[in-house]
Formats: sequence, C-alpha cells, structure tokens
Amino acid sequence: MSFVTKPRIIHKSLKRNALGLTVRDYEGVATTLCAGCGHDSITAAIVQAFWELDMPAQQVAKMSGIGCSSKTTGYFLSAAHGVNSVHGRMPSVTTGANAARRDLTYIGISGDGDSMSIGLGQFAHVIRRNLDMLYMVENNGVYGLTKGQFSAAADLGSQTKKGEANQQPPIDPVKTGLAMGASFVARAFSGDKEQLVPLIKAGLSHKGFAMLDVISPCVTFNDHETSTKSYAHTREYYHPAIHTDFIPPSEEIVAQYDDGEAMDVKLHDGSHVILRKVDKDYDPTDRGRAFNYLMDAQDRGEVVTGLLYIDQKQGDMHQRSGTASKPLGRMEHEELCPGSEVLKDLQKAYR
Amino acid sequence: MSQVNNFVIKLANVNGTGSASANGLVMKAIFRMGVPVVGKNIFPSNIQGLPTWFEIRVSREGYLARSGEVDVMVAMNGQTFDRDLKEVSPGGVLLYDSTWPRERNITRHDITVLGIPLARMCNETFENPRARILMKNMAYVGALAALLNLDMDVLRGLIEEQFASKKKLIGANIQAIELGYHYAVENFKCPLASNIEPMDKTAGHIMIDGNTAAALGCVYAGATVGAWYPITPSTSMMDAFRSFSEKTRIDKKSGEKNFCIIQAEDELSAIGMVIGANWAGARSFTPTSGPGVSLMSEFLGFAYYAEIPLVLFNIQRAGPSTGMPTRTQQSDLLLCAYASHGDTRHVLLIPDDPRECFDMAVQAFDLSDRLQTPIMVLSDLDIGMNDWMVPELEWDDNYRPDRGKVLTDEDLAKVEKFYRYVDSDGDGITYRTYPGGDPKGAYFVRGSSHNKLGAYTESSAEYKDVLDRLLVKWETAKKLVPGPVIRTAEMPSRTAIVTMGSGAAACREASHKLAAKGIHLDYMRVRAFPFGEEVEKFLEEHDHIIVVEQNRDAQLRTLLMTETRVPKDKLHSILHYDGQPLDYRSVVAGVEEFLSKGEVA
Ligand SMILES: Cc1ncc(C[n+]2csc(CCOP(=O)(O)OP(=O)(O)O)c2C)c(N)n1
Ligand code: SF4
Ligand SMILES: [Mg+2]
Repeated sequence: MSFVTKPRIIHKSLKRNALGLTVRDYEGVATTLCAGCGHDSITAAIVQAFWELDMPAQQVAKMSGIGCSSKTTGYFLSAAHGVNSVHGRMPSVTTGANAARRDLTYIGISGDGDSMSIGLGQFAHVIRRNLDMLYMVENNGVYGLTKGQFSAAADLGSQTKKGEANQQPPIDPVKTGLAMGASFVARAFSGDKEQLVPLIKAGLSHKGFAMLDVISPCVTFNDHETSTKSYAHTREYYHPAIHTDFIPPSEEIVAQYDDGEAMDVKLHDGSHVILRKVDKDYDPTDRGRAFNYLMDAQDRGEVVTGLLYIDQKQGDMHQRSGTASKPLGRMEHEELCPGSEVLKDLQKAYR
Repeated sequence: MSQVNNFVIKLANVNGTGSASANGLVMKAIFRMGVPVVGKNIFPSNIQGLPTWFEIRVSREGYLARSGEVDVMVAMNGQTFDRDLKEVSPGGVLLYDSTWPRERNITRHDITVLGIPLARMCNETFENPRARILMKNMAYVGALAALLNLDMDVLRGLIEEQFASKKKLIGANIQAIELGYHYAVENFKCPLASNIEPMDKTAGHIMIDGNTAAALGCVYAGATVGAWYPITPSTSMMDAFRSFSEKTRIDKKSGEKNFCIIQAEDELSAIGMVIGANWAGARSFTPTSGPGVSLMSEFLGFAYYAEIPLVLFNIQRAGPSTGMPTRTQQSDLLLCAYASHGDTRHVLLIPDDPRECFDMAVQAFDLSDRLQTPIMVLSDLDIGMNDWMVPELEWDDNYRPDRGKVLTDEDLAKVEKFYRYVDSDGDGITYRTYPGGDPKGAYFVRGSSHNKLGAYTESSAEYKDVLDRLLVKWETAKKLVPGPVIRTAEMPSRTAIVTMGSGAAACREASHKLAAKGIHLDYMRVRAFPFGEEVEKFLEEHDHIIVVEQNRDAQLRTLLMTETRVPKDKLHSILHYDGQPLDYRSVVAGVEEFLSKGEVA
C-alpha cells in the first residue's frame, strides 16, 4: 500500500499532558456545525477532559447515532476509532463493541431526538445492561439536522420560532435514566465548561453506564425568546444542585470540606469525585429522593445540574454475565475452537 | 415394492402432551437399527392444545424428502381424526385409541384399522394424572414396537439414556411400552407389512437438526458474540450455541466465559450489536427469521456500505407478515439479496441440510471477514428444526480462520499513512484495522457518503468511486462463494432441474424416479448468491430449466433472471408454498405436467 502524508503543525507554546500531548492532539476535523451551536462547546469540553485524563487515543472508541450532535464524534480525537451508526441505534453498536472489547473506553454521543424519540428503546435497554460507557445526550429540544421539529425532550409549552407551542410533556433524559436504573446520572449545560469537564471525566471513569444530559442550545432553530432550551432561558433557570470535582488517581485530595457539605466518592479506577451539595437535603445516592427532587424542580421550571445520582455497586454487563477478562475480540483461534476430538465426542448425543 | 424398511408413519397428536419425545424415540430406534430415517415435525404456533403431526419416513435407499404417502397413521387426536383417516394411503394402517370407540367415524374399507384402549390401560396402571397422559404416548410406542418389529433392547437403551438424570422415571416408561407391546402382540397380527429389518446403513451418520449444526459451526469458527431476539424457528440455534459454549468455552479454573450471548430488546438492536462486535474484531452472529430481517434492514445497508463483516442466519418460515411461524418456506430470498434501501446487495449462502449448515456457518465467517460485508445464511424451518440423517460432521484441526485484510500494529508501522477505503489490490476489498490498535490505523466509520480515504464527501465523483468499487468487490465475491452442486443425468439432457436449500432432497429423489421412467434431467443446486460462472454455464447449456422452489413468487427464478445472462423464456417453475416441506411426488408431478405440454423435444 502507498498512502500520502500531510505535514502536521506542532504548537510549541501549548501545555503538554503526561503523555506529552497537547490539547490540539485531542481534536478532530473542523466542525461543520452552525457558529454558536452548543454542541461545539461540548466538543471542546470533551477534548479538554480527555487531555486532562491523559487518555491515549487508542484506548477510546467514539460512538454516535445520527443528528447534528452525533456528527460531533468526528470533531474530537481524530486518532481514535469511531462509528457514526444509524439514527437512534448507537447503544446497540456500542453494546456489541463492548462485548468484543471490554478493555476500551466508550464515549457515546447522541441527541435528544436520537435518544428520546427514535432511540428510546435502545436508550432504556443499554441502561438496563449497565454497559460500561459514557453516554452523552446533547439536548437542544429539537431535531437540529432536520430543521427544527420538536423532539420528545422538548418542554411542554415551549414554542417554535413561528410561535407553535409544544403540546406533549417531555421525556426527560435524566428522569428516564434514573427510572431505568442508570448507575450514574448527571446533567450539565454546554455554556458551563467548568462544570462540564469534571462531569465528563467522572463519567468516563465510572465503571458502568454514565448518563450525562447536556443542555445544548440550537442557535438556528431553538434559541429564541419563547424556547425553554435557549441560552438565555437555561442561564436563568440553571440550578446546580451539586458541584462535582474530579480528582484523578495520581492526585491527592487537598481541599477540606465540612461534614455533610461534601461527599467523597472513590471510583473503581482509583479516581475520586468530590460532590459538594448546594441543597442540604439532596442525596446523590438515594434514587427515590433524587427523583422527587427533580420532579419538584421541574415544577419550578428549574434546570437542575450536577452529578445527580451515583451507584457503584451495580456490576456492568460483563461482570453480570461472567465474560472472560481477556477481551473476546483478542482471543486466538486456539482459545476458541474445541477441535476435532471434542466434535466427535459432542456428536455421540446425535446417534 | 416391499414395504420392509420403506414406509411412512405419521403420528397425529395434540401439542403439549409430551408426544414429541415419544415420537422421537420411534425415529431414533429405527436409526439405531441401521435403517435410514428422517422426521418432519408439523407443529402449530401454540404451546398447548392444538394439533401437531410427526412424520417419519423410513427409506432403505436413504431418501430424505417427504414422500407424500402415509402407510401407518397413529391417530391420537380426536380433533383431526377424520382428516387423518382420509390421509392414510390405500392398503395402509390406522392405529387409534379405542377407549373412545369411533366405529361410526371409520368409513374406509381399503385400510386396516387397529384400536388399542390406550387411555383405559394407562388409567388402570398409573395413578398420577399427568403420568397417565404421558404414558399413553409410551404405550403407543410399545404397540408400534410390536407392529413394526422394533428392537426392544434398543428402545430400552434409549429410555435409559433419555432419563439418565431422572432414573426414577425409567421403570414407568418401560412399563408403559410393555403394556402397548403386549396388547399388540396379543390382539394383532404382528409385524405389519410395513416393518423394520435391521440394516447397517446409518453407521457414520448422525441425526441432527440444522440449527444445532449451525450453532456448532459458529463455535468452531470462533464466534464469540451472539446477539438475538427470540423468533421461531431460529430460537433453538442460540439455545444450542449457549449449550455448546457452556460445554466447551468456560475456563475450568476461573469459570470465565469465552463467549458473550446477549438477548437483545429487538432485532434492530441484535443486528446493531453484531455490527459493533464485528467492527471491534470479534466474530459475531445473529440468528433470526423473516420478520427479524425486515427490522434489520436499515443496519444491513449500513454494514454493506461501511463494509463491516457480520453473519446472519435466516431460518425462514412462511410469510408474509407473521405468516405461519411454524411452517417452512423459502420466501425471503429476494428480501435478503437486496435487504435495505439504496443500491444494496448481499452475499447469501444456502445450505441444503444440517451438515451443510455446519460447514457453511464456518464458511460464512471466513467469507464475511474476507469480503467485509454481511453474509446471510438462508436456512429454513425444515432444515433448522427437523432431525436429518447426515454423515458425521468433520473438523480439520489445521483450519485457521480467514480474518481477511486486517492490518496489525506491525503492518501499520510499515506504512506511512492508513486510509480505510483505498483498493490497493484491485479486488475491491480494502484494508481495515481494529479499534484498540495503533492510532495510525484509526478511522471513522460512517453510513453517510464517504470517499476512499474514509472522509465525508458530497463530491459526486468521490461518492461514485466508492459505490463502483463495491461492485468490483461483488465480482470478487462471485469467485469466492461456494459454487453450485451439479449432477448430470445418465443420458445427455437439455432439460434441467434447478433448486436450492431444503428443496434438494425432494429434487434428487424425483430425478431418480423420473430417470426410472426414462426421463433424464440434469440437476443443479445453487448454493450461493451472487451466482458465479458455473451457474451461468449450466444455464447456458440447457434449453429448459425447471426451477423448483418453496415460495409463491418464483423468487429464485426471478433472481436468476435478473442476475445471470439466462433468457427469461428458458426458465419454468415448480412452486410449492403450502408451508409443508417439499415432497418428491410434487416434483415428479410438476415435471411430468411440464413435459406433457409438449414443449420439450
Ligand atoms: C431512520 C431515520 N429517520 C429519520 C432520519 C432523519 N433525521 C436525521 S437527524 C434527525 C433528528 C436528530 O435530532 P437530534 O438527535 O436531537 O440531533 P440534533 O440534530 O438536534 O443534534 C432525524 C429525524 C434519519 N437519519 N434516519
Ligand atoms: S442546526 Fe442547531 S443543532 Fe444543528 S448545528 Fe445548527 S445550531 Fe447546532
Ligand atoms: Mg436535538
């Protein structure tokens, strides 16, 4: 084979992580989304998170469905493999990939249409399997790519640019995630990178299914005054219930917290998330209370954010089914084929 | 012709009454006595209470198709008694439970009717109500043993094996068999003209169904990830894969499983999982049936265009829609050949018996990895769920999987840059890499238009370039898929039978019977799509080609018409689509009818 190479410009001034890589090394091809699209800010946060985690690109698999949001897996980590699958079906492809390569880190990018409309079934079932992955819903309340129809996550009464009001109550990714039994449920806002980056890092480090809903305004079809998913509306009703700090395994915990104010959760890979509660009566380990809190907040029109629920005790798909620790996709023929003698033996039952 | 080792027993039962294992016992006993035998289970889409039939054909010549005759009818189902009675061939025998006399119903005088008070005998002998029902089955097995001359030691041996883990039940079963046996010996003239004489024609053979054999093929090919959504008649394939994997793929020390079976929430998900697993480098498959393939269509097009290997087993059943889920058909040929929107086409393998299911399962994985495209194995309910007598499965320990053009990290180190869809060998097949490898090999899989470098494109020329290269790959596929099985008649012939899959047994037998009448036909069984040169040549060399297939719309004929050079008017059809496995008599009749039209010189 012969292939042509393209020279690459290296910026000497940029900071390097433990792998000697700069943030630029975690980027992908140039975005083709509308200027100001929330999804692009999320991409930037993802790039930052991977860089801060010192993640080698070959460790990562990027998965997505179809939509403006799903396109963004092309815009980060060019050096990682990725599958841009079909509309609403990213969870199944990721499940299969994970079945074959349990040693990789999976990041799935979806939209609110991709997950809550066409893909609701696969969304529910991937949660049920507690697949080890970070699943991000880039939630703008509309179908961006097909030009602005309401998605199933659109809020009741939210209006289109032309003034049509949404008649149906929303299917909220966070409440759905909680109800389906997700082991990690979080919400963030594309406009708050400070909060988003640690949540992405925590989600990637969590062993099991991490659901991260990110309110991500669509500037072209859903950023007007009568929309509930606009930048302005989200900023106004944004309510961080929990601040999340992410501390990698290599770092020590230095800050001091008063009792009851913060919770230190150690993840399976040795990293820590420090959860600082804004609301005293919030308990991110109590699924029922988290759910009630969200219901009340929704009535007040608040957009509650933070790492809202975490449960580290659920085993992931492989732990539950007892799959070999060596990835199945890396097994040699000799480990898998029982051979001619066994075949003779097995056939005795058919005589 | 003598009826010794040459007859058909049909057993009419109510489903859910435990008759299946009793009927299997009769068939197995004949097999163990060295006499070729085949069984067809004609069962309802229901768990309990509806009619079900089991047809056992005993054939000293080793014919495996249905004959369309019934020499001995065991009529155990009151609901269907009248039609079962009608079906007995003249000179045949009907056995029934005379606990409830049916003299009034029995209107035929050209057959022998034998009544045994099975229910009464069992009620007098056994206490437990469930046992009374089950033992009635064993009692007619006993009566058949006397009437057909079955070896009682063989039967006893089979019972002991069957209840090896529930030894307590052996006594009662043998007691019930003896009840029936003695009653028959005392009251009827045993054996019947249709009876069994031991032979040695089953040595080196097994009785196995296609789903079990295909599952075994998956294990041997090194498949590790199986994803599925239950659907008749494919379900038993995953059951078998699980059972073989548990026997052979669990590490003795750690208990770790070298396989992962996922029951998906639907077929859309099942095929997505299989795509994900194959993309990530594991061999992965899904068994399904027609409705499942309909749901999988979008993803099949994705895998075709993104060039991801996968193996799908379509155990066909009678359509359209839910159709007859427990009846057989070959009506998904066109659906599978072109499944999905856009210019999409798929490689198909078409086995004709369980042994070929085993071989083709392995071949399917190799071809799929080699061609980087979905391979669909088109089996059907007849092959998949019925026990066929086939030569023992064989395995060559020198076999190594063909994983096709995959670049390892070492390979990548030797190239400057990697592009996913560059055809550097001219065969239309490009190089791929697995995730988890050197970042140099990273690429982005998409179902949207891409150029040969793997990048998104809306350039007409770049888009066409990839689409046309897929056709080059299609040409390569023609050379790699298994060729047809061709048999030339004893006399030179310009007329031929063409068939596929489970129709083969009936066609082979029909050719023999026709040859005996002086009608000589060449024979071709296609085993794969796309059709290669051998198929073209065979079609070219014949003037009249009778295509025998099990669907209403002549789908194989259609496919031959559009995908080979054959002129349309050379092709004629014999179509069988009532849901029952094809019988050889229908083929003989169809050929004779065609010839009687005088078109053939
Ligand atoms: C089977 C199928 N139906 C419809 C479409 C058209 N389609 C493409 S993207 C999309 C909606 C995407 O919405 P969302 O997931 O919210 O992504 P966004 O563009 O808003 O980021 C639709 C309906 C498709 N690609 N496939
Ligand atoms: S249409 Fe909306 S979602 Fe799509 S790129 Fe533009 S702003 Fe983003
Ligand atoms: Mg959207």
